Amino acid sequence: MIEVQDLSYRIGTARILDNVSLSLPRGGILALIGPNGAGKSTLLSLMARLLPLQQGRITVDDLEIGRCDDRDLAQCLAILPQSVQAASRLTVRDLVGFGRYPYHRGRPGATDRQLVEEGLALFDLLPLAERGLDTLSGGQRQRAFVAMTYVQDTDYLLLDEPLNNLDLAASRALMARLRDLADRKGRTIVIVLHDINFASAYADRVLVLKGGRLVADGPPEAVISSALIETVFETDARLHLVEGRPVVLV
Amino acid sequence: MSRPALGLLLLCLLFVGSLFVGATPLVPADLLTAEAWALIRDSRLPRAFAVVLSGAALAIAGQIMQLIARNRFVEPMTAGTGQSAMLGLLLVSLLMPGAEIGVKMALAALAALLGSLGFFAITRRLPPQEPLLVPLVGIVYGGVIGSTAVYIAFQIDLLQYLDIWMTGEFSGTMRGRYELLWVAGGVAALSYLVADQFSILGLGEAVSLNLGLNYRQVVLSGLVVISVVTGLTVVTVGAIPFVGLVVPNLVSRIAGDNLRRSLPLTAMAGAALVLASDIFARLVVHPFEVPVATVIGMIGAALFLWMLYGRGQHVS
Repeated sequence: MIEVQDLSYRIGTARILDNVSLSLPRGGILALIGPNGAGKSTLLSLMARLLPLQQGRITVDDLEIGRCDDRDLAQCLAILPQSVQAASRLTVRDLVGFGRYPYHRGRPGATDRQLVEEGLALFDLLPLAERGLDTLSGGQRQRAFVAMTYVQDTDYLLLDEPLNNLDLAASRALMARLRDLADRKGRTIVIVLHDINFASAYADRVLVLKGGRLVADGPPEAVISSALIETVFETDARLHLVEGRPVVLV
Repeated sequence: MSRPALGLLLLCLLFVGSLFVGATPLVPADLLTAEAWALIRDSRLPRAFAVVLSGAALAIAGQIMQLIARNRFVEPMTAGTGQSAMLGLLLVSLLMPGAEIGVKMALAALAALLGSLGFFAITRRLPPQEPLLVPLVGIVYGGVIGSTAVYIAFQIDLLQYLDIWMTGEFSGTMRGRYELLWVAGGVAALSYLVADQFSILGLGEAVSLNLGLNYRQVVLSGLVVISVVTGLTVVTVGAIPFVGLVVPNLVSRIAGDNLRRSLPLTAMAGAALVLASDIFARLVVHPFEVPVATVIGMIGAALFLWMLYGRGQHVS
């Protein structure tokens, strides 16, 4: 369970997050949506100790962010940051292999190697395994980084706009894999999405942020409504129910 | 034959060859005489070791600096670390003229560390979408520190010292005068133990933190390696530019960025480049010689231009 209590974050005088409290039980896909600048990435980064806590408290199971050991947290929670620009000439296999680093600290064992091969296979990366990251397309590189966080084998997986570089087929494939991880392995996946239709199709629960505050929280059918599009996203896109789920007509 | 083995063979050939190059003629047939052995023991062998150690250590230092900066165009000798070491040495010579060489060396390395911390404090604030700003700022920053050193040296009449530190050359290398470089080589070799951590640094702060790395601590230990290597090289043989820039770039193209695989190649290539340049420096105006820094400056610039334009590929 991830618990966030009274979380606030400022950059200069700008309030990025304003007294956010929420609790995320284990299991399922949770989508964070909201307009640009709502504080979604900041919330995710704070949960994963990529930014220092200013005010409030976050716990992941029995680990308190900011107090707990970095290595313990790395075995419990993984984050895929937004736009990882890698000019690196690491091979895909090496990159995915680093997902096991929190466990082996530089001395990979048989289990580590096996998990890496599994991850490569699961994300269709075996044909690219010996290619350098600098030779891949944006989407392929994104997949390699997702595979790395997968191999990290954590209960909690935080993904910041993972669909950014992906085409429709790749986006659906990635969401389907995440769905599978949540359903079959009981993983908890928190994902920042821009496309509300993806949230509506794949998430169990949707959290809506606006201006650093949590404005809605619940299953997609209950949260995503014409009123939400109008008040939160401030646009008048129409919404239809298709096969029982809300779809935004863009 | 595998790449590392081939590299090692080439390095050994250069090493042995370098023993027979110098102002005093020496051919393998002379090896039976006592004078020849004395020459090798006191001068030629120390020089060969000094060249190999500084070349390997500087190449590794450059590699680490590029990973920390996440920029392939920086190296310690041009980005303020080398100049800070010189400034530190100058201040020690001014304020504590009687200090032992060990103290001088430690203070030069400390000055180099402060200089590198300053460099990273400045370049952290640069926009990441402008990668060329980092080396440019480094050159300006190094230039400012270097000029400060020149100004102070001019005021107190120590310019000739500064000149020795600024232009790396091995002509004065003798038994008893180069041994500090073993420390530089040892420190550089130690970085192999944490090669994975340095490779991860190259993926950026967010990925490093995600993998449970103590980011600040790893960056700091990298800076210590860079500073010790740079400080000791400047103290013993003087600044040698371009090795830390060209070698890691070449090796990365051939062997990728996983340091566990590429670091030994980087070390060998750095040693081979400086060794070949030093042999050339001894031959070109035989029986005199030119500073190795001058030769490397030319070879390095040519190699770098070739890397930039020669293959129609991005360097970054």
